[in-house]
Amino acid sequence: MSSVAAPPATDLAPRIYSRNVDDFAIPLGREEEWRFTPISKIKDFFDVQDWASIGCETGSPFVEIVSIDDPRLNDSWLPTDRASAVAREGASQAVLVSIPTETEVAEPIVLQLTSTMLNNYAHIEVQTGAFARAQVVIVHDSNVNVSGSIVAQLGDQSQLTLLSVIDAEEPVRQHWHWASQLGRDAEFLGLSVSLGGGIIRTVPHITYTAPGGSAQMLGAFLLTGQQFQEHRILVDHSEPNCTSNVVYKGALSGEGAHSVWVGDVLVRREATGIETYELNRNLLLDEGPRADSVPNLELETGDVLSAGHASATGRFDDEQLFYLQSRGIPESVARHLVVRGFFVDVLAKVNDEVLRNNLMKRIEARLGMVDHA
Amino acid sequence: MSSLVITDLHASVITDAGESEILRGVSLTVESGTTNAIMGPNGSGKSTLAYVIAGHPKYTVTSGSITLDGADVLAMSVDERARAGLFLAMQYPVEIPGVSVSNFLRTSVTALRGEAPKLRTWTKEMKDSMADLQMDPSFAARNVNEGFSGGEKKRHEILQLGLMQPKIAVLDETDSGLDVDALKVVSEGVNRFKEATDAGVLLITHYTRILRYIKPDVVHVFVDGRIVETGGPELADSLESEGYERFAAAKA
Repeated sequence: MSSVAAPPATDLAPRIYSRNVDDFAIPLGREEEWRFTPISKIKDFFDVQDWASIGCETGSPFVEIVSIDDPRLNDSWLPTDRASAVAREGASQAVLVSIPTETEVAEPIVLQLTSTMLNNYAHIEVQTGAFARAQVVIVHDSNVNVSGSIVAQLGDQSQLTLLSVIDAEEPVRQHWHWASQLGRDAEFLGLSVSLGGGIIRTVPHITYTAPGGSAQMLGAFLLTGQQFQEHRILVDHSEPNCTSNVVYKGALSGEGAHSVWVGDVLVRREATGIETYELNRNLLLDEGPRADSVPNLELETGDVLSAGHASATGRFDDEQLFYLQSRGIPESVARHLVVRGFFVDVLAKVNDEVLRNNLMKRIEARLGMVDHA
Repeated sequence: MSSLVITDLHASVITDAGESEILRGVSLTVESGTTNAIMGPNGSGKSTLAYVIAGHPKYTVTSGSITLDGADVLAMSVDERARAGLFLAMQYPVEIPGVSVSNFLRTSVTALRGEAPKLRTWTKEMKDSMADLQMDPSFAARNVNEGFSGGEKKRHEILQLGLMQPKIAVLDETDSGLDVDALKVVSEGVNRFKEATDAGVLLITHYTRILRYIKPDVVHVFVDGRIVETGGPELADSLESEGYERFAAAKA
């Protein structure tokens, strides 16, 4: 189907890059990349079904709904797992955001995803031409099942902020592959906010097609009740003098809530002079939830500027609560302050204040917190 | 006029080794306009007394009472105690990541005063109070207690004391970890607060050094979970020269 050559395999890199569904075996749950996932609950994601295709509402002239066969869609991106290959095969249309060369879009481009059916495939592409600048916000709060991909292709020295907000109730199942390819000196800021959902699995991959790219991938996730979320990130450093910074923060409450964060960073032999850091912090709001956190760093060259990772999961600190309450602050407001403080460094990256406040309100609503501000 | 009355207070902590009684019958009254010093050796339970007054969940009161102007303090939640007029300056204030000092103080003052202070007057009030304690204005933008030096933490506690204006303030080893210059600044902050509000102060300390700057009206010696002797400021002087050995011996 496509003749793009896959990069050489390593311990962390995907084994298969293909648009052909049958090139991938159906996951059984024993495979390393699926071992945390409740496979039995997303069995229908592994074979092409008669599902609808996600559309969107937007006021932006840079956005089009196109046929999945539109020649403008990125041909160099290939799925790396069966769910993504199925979604690419099953989708009939795509949302294409295309920012022409040297175009700077000041206002955020907001895509409100829409669907008419319970089950949907999605294909969203964002392409920035050389020197272009844009901020794209993908809002998905319509409580439907989705399997899809968000493909971002950054032209040379372009700057893209891509914010995805999933805000869903407990029966909702979503699987998102998120591929970002950075051109020379491109700057990418990815923000993944996942609130609720029954099963949400995101697989962000960051790759570089030329030297000098700079990527930040930030995540904020929130689970309650019986919810499951998995965020499995791969940064594939194959070019020299690039940087990557991955920061994911999760807050969990409730017996049965389970989050998984896997942060894979691969530094290939030719990726000299790079800087990389990844961090995951999880805040357990009560005794019930479980948070798995697995950072992996595979270095094929020692010639890097810096490479590090950190991971920590901690309980809600009663001493913090006591301190705030001892200053007259009611318990509900004190909890609100602490959780807000926990997410603040991730959400501070959202430049748009209206958007930032909207996100915080969504988080607080999911936590059952009233707004005292 | 306010008075904090503690009567035959017993309190325990649950540890891995079981329940352990730390306060063994404390009786004490703190009136407005008076400064009561509680002095005692390490491990005597004097900091526990401070925490129990503030309502720390780690401790269980097994008998006795605490009232503030007749109201049952033990029946109040931690924040209700603060709103009733109690304040505890902590020995080890905890870090709160992502919450700025200014946001924290404004939230607290809003809760204590029942309404949000007007932004312009509030900014000035905070700035002036910080200047009084020789704190740099940039302090307001830092996260609560995060990366604070020992001296900065104590200044921040006393800054809160001044802004929150409690009826009764408990100062738990506010002098610990301070050099002489910082001790003077912090003590002046406490004295300014006393003059401005006529509040009652319960000053808990291991050393007599701070009593040179904050003059006590009454000195209590605290050993093994209770007050074993009460006297005037001269009692502190004798502790300065003799130490706590006399009381340790009496206990044995």
